[in-house]
Formats: sequence, structure tokens, C-alpha cells
Amino acid sequence: MQVVVCVKQIPDPSGTYTLDPETHFLVRPDEQVLDDTDRYGVEMGLQIAQAHGGSVTLVSMGPKGSMQGIRQALAMGADRAVVVDDADLKGSDALTTAQVLAAAIQRTGFDLVITGTESTDGYSGVVPQMLAELLDVPALTYATEVEARDGKVTINRQTSAGYDVVEASLPAVVSVTAGVVEPRYPTFKGIMDAKKKEVEELTASDLGVDTSLRQRVTAVEPAPEREAGVKIEDDGEAHLKVVELLQQKKVI
Amino acid sequence: MNIYLDDDLRAIQAQTAEYVEREIVPKAGAWEQEGRVPREVLRHMGEVGFFGLRVSEEYGGIGMGPLASVVFAEQLGRSTFGGFTITVLAHTDLAMPYVAKFGSDELKQRYLPSMVAGEMIGALAVTEPDAGSDVASIRTTARREGDGYVLNGTKTFITNGVEGDLVVVAAKTDPEAKGSRSISLFLVEKGTPGFSVGRALSKMGWRSSDTAELVFEDCFVPASNLIGEENRGFYCIMQNFQNERLVLAGQSLGEAQRAIELTVDHVRNRRAFGATLWDKQAIRQRLAMHQARVDAARQLTYHAAWLESQGEDAVRVVSEVKALVGELVNDVLYDCVQFHGGMGYVAETAVERLYRDARIQSIGGGATEVMLEEVAKRM
Repeated sequence: MQVVVCVKQIPDPSGTYTLDPETHFLVRPDEQVLDDTDRYGVEMGLQIAQAHGGSVTLVSMGPKGSMQGIRQALAMGADRAVVVDDADLKGSDALTTAQVLAAAIQRTGFDLVITGTESTDGYSGVVPQMLAELLDVPALTYATEVEARDGKVTINRQTSAGYDVVEASLPAVVSVTAGVVEPRYPTFKGIMDAKKKEVEELTASDLGVDTSLRQRVTAVEPAPEREAGVKIEDDGEAHLKVVELLQQKKVI
Repeated sequence: MNIYLDDDLRAIQAQTAEYVEREIVPKAGAWEQEGRVPREVLRHMGEVGFFGLRVSEEYGGIGMGPLASVVFAEQLGRSTFGGFTITVLAHTDLAMPYVAKFGSDELKQRYLPSMVAGEMIGALAVTEPDAGSDVASIRTTARREGDGYVLNGTKTFITNGVEGDLVVVAAKTDPEAKGSRSISLFLVEKGTPGFSVGRALSKMGWRSSDTAELVFEDCFVPASNLIGEENRGFYCIMQNFQNERLVLAGQSLGEAQRAIELTVDHVRNRRAFGATLWDKQAIRQRLAMHQARVDAARQLTYHAAWLESQGEDAVRVVSEVKALVGELVNDVLYDCVQFHGGMGYVAETAVERLYRDARIQSIGGGATEVMLEEVAKRM
């Protein structure tokens, strides 16, 4: 089974970054890390490939920088990586991103594409669905469990009430939630070996993707300050007020 | 960026740091209470590959040098749980190198893969009630008999003595010869008849590390478990003491650095007399000087490890490092507790534990006084 896992390099979330005042784009450091939520997809892909035989190819779009984040995913055990880096793709919207990824995945070939639900820096949350549409395969989203075998993939799809069991024939795109599996730690040997693994570097024109389609960020506003909470003094009846408040907020 | 750290070493540093933060720090408080590190933790560390840094690929490791051990020890030290750190280092850097470096192919094949995997944990038994840094004067004997040796004697202050499965034991094989030419090393498995654990010792610090007295009474060890050549053990010990001292320095530096960070956090938040403690020059300048000392000592430690990795005679600089860092971590922790005020004296806060753990660093693995003599001899 040929498994493709979409991964993204993002700035280390523990750091502090600035926005370009002109474009409102994040000023990205050269050294970026693997998006933590992608570790679940990589782990899932590795488990499926190990159980049924096959390979795991990483596909990523974005400034390659030092490739540290890609190497992290390779160190976990992925076989190879395809990285699309192109100055023309700077600030791509979700659709352009999905088009680039779809073209790279078509070129690689796939039975199963695994993605996270959304990236930790962009948070658009629509790329997996767009990707499935562009690849013309089913999209199975928000998976908390995944099983792929005999030309089929079955997932538990997280819902607000619990989960739905969703099944589709392969090839397909599956987006996984954090916690779907426990990501392994790369072994030191894995880290050393990752340096020797094949990383193919492509541009948008290599893939024939039109980069002119573009949404523009017109303004960025700081998030509003949090308002002070409600203080309820306990006079023996406080629990009733708490219940009332929760009902007002429609929590209960 | 650091001139001594290449991509591989930085990867080891990052991987260890992440593992410590996610898997060790949240759990290690309980291990301090229990007085031991659970075996499943060590097995998991083995699976991830933490124990094979210095072992060749043939036996499941990645064949790195002393700088890797120092970087690893430093990150373990940052956990603030010295007992956990020494449990690991006693296995990887005190005991295992004897098998990996001096052991026969047969010994390596038999034991290294399971030591790398964390299935068997090692301990080093040199110290005795009457012989510590003065290795040549140990009294444990190994008498040749048939196809092996019979060991008699008592070892003390042995880290991993209770929990360990394999002990590297130093014993005299030639009672007539000069101390340095009379010692041999043996790998003794737990459960060998005549080998018993005398008692576990309760300590000021390193509470999650087990420390024991080991007793050998007519304990028969097959000749195949001799490590290296007969009567050449003293030289093996002297060689690996360099590595041991480097990793202890790495551990201390990680602990000192973490203590400074915790203290800076604390004094930035703690207010007294209308301002934070950080606003008092006397306090922040003392912390700044400690930071300068730690940075300088770290560079010297990396340099010493690099010299050692180049096969240079590094005894003087390694001894300088051990003496310097063993004292430094105590100086730093004294002030860190002071600047934490009453909180620093409360049991099981990180600085309180680090303060207790630091005390051994100027004693164990070569006391400051012994280290300074090694330096002085070479001046």
C-alpha cells in the first residue's frame, strides 16, 4: 500500500514571531519544526504501511529552510519526502495549497492520503477536503480510528455526540485528529538514517500549478482582550447561580 | 550554535530534551518517593535508542563519541531529577563502556544488545568500604579456579546495585603485584551463586537512584566473563573514569542551568518591598555571574570531551572540569535556594531537590581534592 502523509513545517510554537506589515504574512525562521499535529498522521501512516506492507511518502509545501521538520518526520520512519518550495507560493491560500499538494501526490502515486485536520500556524481546516475533491477520491475526515485493508478504509469520524463509522473504497483521503495514535519517538538511529533518505524538491512550475489564484489578507487585528469573569460569592446557594449561568450559556 | 555541536549532536540534544520534558519530568516525582526508577521506563528509553549512543551499530547502537554522552547527560540533568539521571548514566556511561570497549566479541554478543534495549541494566562496582578514588588499594579478590575465578569481597555505594542485572566488578587477581598491575574486571550476572546485595543505602539526594552494598562470597564467575586482559583492569578503569567524569560534569551543568532558569522565573514574579526580586541588582547580577560561569564551564567540558574523542591525553582538562563543575553546581544551587526564600527550603520543590542532589557532585566519581591533585601533577 502506497501511503502519502501530508506534513507541514511550522515555526516552533514556543517562539515569538512577527507579521510582515505589508503582506501580513508570518515572517518564518529558517529553522522550522514538524507541526505537532502531523506526528499523528505520520504515525498512522507508518502503522498502516507496516501492517500491510508498503511505503510512506511525505508530501509538504512551504519554505524548506533547514528541512529540520521534514527530517523529524523521516526520522520517525517515513521512506521519502517530496517538498514543494517556490517563492511564488508565498502566502498561498488553502485552495492553491490543495492544488499543489494534489499535483505532487498525483505525481507520486497513492492508495491512501493521510493529513491532519488543520495546521497549527494556518488553521484553515479545509485543505483535506479540497485535496480529496481535486484528487477525485472520497474524503473521510476527523478520524479518531483508522483501518485500511482489502481496498477499503474504515474510520471512526468524531462528532459532537460521539462518532460515526464511515467506510470508503481506496484510494481515499483521511484526515486524522490528534490522539488517533500515540506518535513514536524517533530513535537515534532513525535520526541518523533520516539524513540519508531521499528528499525530492519541486517548484510550482514543475507541477504545472497556476499560482496566480490568490486570496489577500487585507488587515490583521489583535484578538480582543478577555473580559473579566463573573464572580459568585458562596452564600450557601452559589450552586444554583452556577447552574443558572451554565443554562444561560447553553452548556447544560 | 556551538562550535562543538554538529547536526547529529544537536539532534541528540533536541530529542533528549523533548523526551525528558514529556516522559520524565511529569512522572519522576513519584520515583523519588519509591526510591527507584521503574523498569518499564528504562525499557522504553532503550527502545527509543537512548542507551546505544556509545555502542557500535553491530550491537544495536549508533557508535557516537564522548561529546554525545556529555550532551545526553546535560539534557537528562535538566530534568531536575538527579536520581533518575544517574540511574541512566550508571548504565550507559559507567558500566556499559567496559563491555563495549574492552569486552571480548563473545561478551559483546551476549550482553550488549540487551543492554542497549534496556532489558538488562548495568552497574559498576569498584568502590569498597576502604577504597574509593584510590582504586589500586581495593581488597576484593578473584582467585583462579578451574575454568573461572572465585570472587570474595564487599563493594559499596554501587549505583544500580539493587536493580541492576549485570555488574562490572573490579577485583585483585594478583595479590603479589603492585596495585595498578593486579586488578581485573569481571561481568557478574545478578543471581550468580555467592553474589548478594547487602543493603540499599538511604541518601541525602539522588533519592530515586538505588545505591547498594554488594557482597561476593566464594562467587564463581566463568573465565569468559573476564573483561579485557587479566591484571589490566586498572588501566581500563582509569580510561573510563575520564568518560565518567565528563558525563557527571554534563549532568551537573544541566542541573545548574535549569536551576538558574527556575530561579530567574521565580525572582521575576516574586515581589518584595514594592518591586520584584529581579529588580534588585544584587540578585540579578549574582544570577548573571552564575550564568557566565556555567557558560564558561560548559565550553570547557565540551572541549575536554572533544579532546577525549580525538584520542588526546585529556586527563588534566577532564580533571579540571570535574573539580570545577562539581563545585560550581553547589555554588549555583546555594544561591538558587537562597533566592527562592522559604519555598526553596520546602521538600520536593525542584531547587530543594537539586540542592541535595548537587552535594554528591564534588564527591562522587573523583572528589574535588583528588581531581585537583591530578591537575597539579600536570602543572
